[in-house]
Amino acid sequence: MDGNLITFYILAAVAVGAGLGMLFSKNAVYSALYLILNFATVAVFYLILGAPFIAMAQLTVYAGAIMVLFLFVIMLLGTERLAGDTALIWQKPLAWMLVLFLLFAGTYQLGLPGLTEAQIQAFPANSGGPAAIGEALFRGYLLPFEVTSVLLLVAMVGAIVLTKWEGKQEG
Amino acid sequence: MVAVDNYIALSAILFTIGAAGVLTRRNAIIILMSIELMLNSANLLFVAFARQYASLDGQILVFFVLTVAAAEVAVGLALIVAIFRTRKTINIDEMNQLKG
Repeated sequence: MDGNLITFYILAAVAVGAGLGMLFSKNAVYSALYLILNFATVAVFYLILGAPFIAMAQLTVYAGAIMVLFLFVIMLLGTERLAGDTALIWQKPLAWMLVLFLLFAGTYQLGLPGLTEAQIQAFPANSGGPAAIGEALFRGYLLPFEVTSVLLLVAMVGAIVLTKWEGKQEG
Repeated sequence: MVAVDNYIALSAILFTIGAAGVLTRRNAIIILMSIELMLNSANLLFVAFARQYASLDGQILVFFVLTVAAAEVAVGLALIVAIFRTRKTINIDEMNQLKG
């Protein structure tokens, strides 16, 4: 077993452990912190896979901006824990059955022969850096990139309109 | 080099954890976090395949998914705050009325 594979397994164990921690934490703040750990691990995977720009974007946008927003809302609402149990008793066993089926559907083909030869190729050095990504974005993906800005504007206006306090006195 | 199968397996496991979060948790904020985890596992697969085929397109798609996720979280959390103001709860089971 070479060093790359050992690194992969250690990082994968951390990522899966952080995901399970998010899933089973009773406190929503712990869930958010576990998710930040998961995002950081995935950013390390991006670095290994030759995507340094995506890795930094992952850290700043996901682990930075999005998770801070989550933590802010959790603490604003004060809903770290939910009181009471689920209303539907049959819902949880059915959900776990569906989850196991999904895991099987996602991974059963990996056991088939013929896939393991697909080794990851060597990437040209520095190809996932900011310069290469920027050139690809502004050459081949210019229109989607511009549409993205409209999407963010719509999301911003939507968030402001939804949370605008009308000033009504509620009894 | 690590075979791409390992990344497929890891991505499938992370996606399943996210799906389990959506299906079993009742806290709306944790459900949003689980959706983020699922988007993230798809991103990991995009980057792994971009590496395998030595193409940048997968990384560009990750960039767009990142943007959509940011927009989704902003609107989703705004909805949760708006619902909490009227219903005083973010339990998914209790959000069963269109008119608050």
